[in-house]
Amino acid sequence: MIAWPMSAGLALALFLLGLLGLLTRRNLIFVLMSIEIMLNATGLLFVTAGMRWGNPDGQIMLILVLNLAGAELALGLVLLLRLRGRLPTLDGDRATLLRDAP
Amino acid sequence: MTHLWAIPALPLAGAIILGLAGPTLGPRMSAIIGTASVGLAAIIAIGIGIGWLQHPPPGGAFVQPLWTWVSLPGLTIRCGLTLDPVALLMVLVITIIGSLIHLFSTEYMAGEAGYARYFAYLNLFVAAMLLLVLADDLLVLFIGWEGVGVCSYLLVGFWFADPANGMAAQKSFIVTRIADIAMLAGLLLLSTQRGTLDIHDLTTSLLPRGAWLPEAAAALLLVGCLGKSAQLPLHSWLPDAMAGPTPVSALIHAATMVTAGVYLVVRLHPLFMQAPWVMHGIAIGGALTLLIAAAAGLFQTDIKRVLAYSTMSQIGYMFVALGVGAWSAAMFHFLTHAVFKALLFLSAGAVTMRLHHEQDIFAMGGLRRPLPAAFVCFVIGAASLAALPLVTAGFFSKEIILGALWAAPAPALWAAGITGALLTSIYSFRLIFTVFFGPVITKPSGAYGIRILLPLFMLAIAALCVGWLETPGFLGGNHLLSAFLEPANGEAAVPILSPLIPLTGCLVPLIGNGIAWVLHRRGVWRAQASRVQTPLLGFLTSACGFDAAYRALLVRPYLQLVAALRDDPVDQLSLWAEHAAIALHRRLRATQTGHLRRYAAWMMAGVVATIAMVLLA
Repeated sequence: MIAWPMSAGLALALFLLGLLGLLTRRNLIFVLMSIEIMLNATGLLFVTAGMRWGNPDGQIMLILVLNLAGAELALGLVLLLRLRGRLPTLDGDRATLLRDAP
Repeated sequence: MTHLWAIPALPLAGAIILGLAGPTLGPRMSAIIGTASVGLAAIIAIGIGIGWLQHPPPGGAFVQPLWTWVSLPGLTIRCGLTLDPVALLMVLVITIIGSLIHLFSTEYMAGEAGYARYFAYLNLFVAAMLLLVLADDLLVLFIGWEGVGVCSYLLVGFWFADPANGMAAQKSFIVTRIADIAMLAGLLLLSTQRGTLDIHDLTTSLLPRGAWLPEAAAALLLVGCLGKSAQLPLHSWLPDAMAGPTPVSALIHAATMVTAGVYLVVRLHPLFMQAPWVMHGIAIGGALTLLIAAAAGLFQTDIKRVLAYSTMSQIGYMFVALGVGAWSAAMFHFLTHAVFKALLFLSAGAVTMRLHHEQDIFAMGGLRRPLPAAFVCFVIGAASLAALPLVTAGFFSKEIILGALWAAPAPALWAAGITGALLTSIYSFRLIFTVFFGPVITKPSGAYGIRILLPLFMLAIAALCVGWLETPGFLGGNHLLSAFLEPANGEAAVPILSPLIPLTGCLVPLIGNGIAWVLHRRGVWRAQASRVQTPLLGFLTSACGFDAAYRALLVRPYLQLVAALRDDPVDQLSLWAEHAAIALHRRLRATQTGHLRRYAAWMMAGVVATIAMVLLA
């Protein structure tokens, strides 16, 4: 049986890793992956919280988060495909079509 | 007399028909409708006048109630028509001279753009003027009063394509409106204090002499009269109003509208008699006006402006007569002035229409031979204006006024009147000698039709004859007009004068004639054209610089105020919110870079900040 602080620390570490990836990577595929990691970190935190308080709701929330992550990923990939049609690259820093017109 | 309502209704109907259907009717039909409506009104008026002379109505006035207009607790306004001898005289003058001027206009205005519009305005003017004269309630009178003001504005600015004409029209309208504000205040004062605006009630139930109400009400009404009749200090619009067509000047700015002030004072004379201070003011103001306007008339170079100043001066005579209570004398001078001034304006128009509308008298000269008809008519009119003894209408009426001034007794006013008569005679003959004598300068072109000549000859005959209605004692002592006006104005006193007074009145116009002739022979008048304007000369030419004073004191400060307010400084206070929002918006727009990672960083920073705030609070 692992102690819950360790599990929570792992979740925090995962979240920060994901955030770091989100903020530093320029490739949009990696950005999506970083978001997945951050979602999984929250899922892990839900399960940890359920373990800490002996409540199964945390596990239910995990299933919900997984569903959400699947839907988000599907949508994100579709958007990426559409973007690929407009730009020759997947570089997020060059995908600034929605900026304020100069 | 039951057809009284038709007199104002006919010109009104003409105005409506011409106003609505004018352009489709064609010029011939427009002229027929315009002239016939006023002509029919004149025929009805003449019929009523004949009936009046045969069987005068009991009480000296015929009242035709029409309907109740306003019914409030404490104030009832009835719309109705009253015909008393003064009103009958005015109606006859307006309709008869009006129809002659309409007839003259049909030829004078031929070929002008807006021919039907011209007759629509002119008919509307006649209708409004008749309503003014016949109204039996001051509020109904005020409608006619404003109606003639509007028509004057429309007709002065008839050739609106020239901005100067538009400015002249606005000036005439605004100056008289300023006077009308005072008049409206007088009406409100009377309606709240007396509970009625019915002229009959106001003039029969009198207040104790010297009370404040009649003084205040009479003074306020008088301001309205001064504006309408172009008396000091509200006279400055009349010379500029000459921008309108000449028949308009003849009808509106000589014969009828500008005498509305005189008419109102005569109509309300029991009220004015309760206000002795106002009566003094009328007399002094009239004397000043007649002197200043006559002096200004000497220096004008535009034939119509000379006549405009002479109109002001002659109305000044009427006001002086009113000031000493000589109501019938004022009305007699109104009658003769309407005839000879309409004649003068029409013959001046007849002269200028042959000279391509050249109005500068120094561009004319020697027109006696090429234009004999206009010459004869103009001489008759100008001699009447100058009051040449015995042969002219103006002599008799001016003589009665001067006699009344001497008998008042007001020798200072009499002296002003005599001086004015001398100046009048000089500038009248200055016009005749400059325009009709000497070498021909501009060759006239064209010819007169019967519609020009008939009104001129009829008015010329009238200008010679109408004076004999009322003659001084040594010429038979006719008192037909004052006897006719007696039911309205009371018995006119026949002053006993030493023969010296009428003799002076006879001699002064002849002296003026002589002076004008001598100055003409020496070329002094011609030299006026080229003379450099000295300040004194400019002062006299502009009738004592009232225009410049008003421009400096009223117009320019007002325009400066407008210039200061046109950007609305108060609005700037409320605009700061807009400016702040726009500045903020510009800053925030700069953050919309489209960089996904930067957005994510900002979101994260926001989340961290929120959590920190929740934890630390």
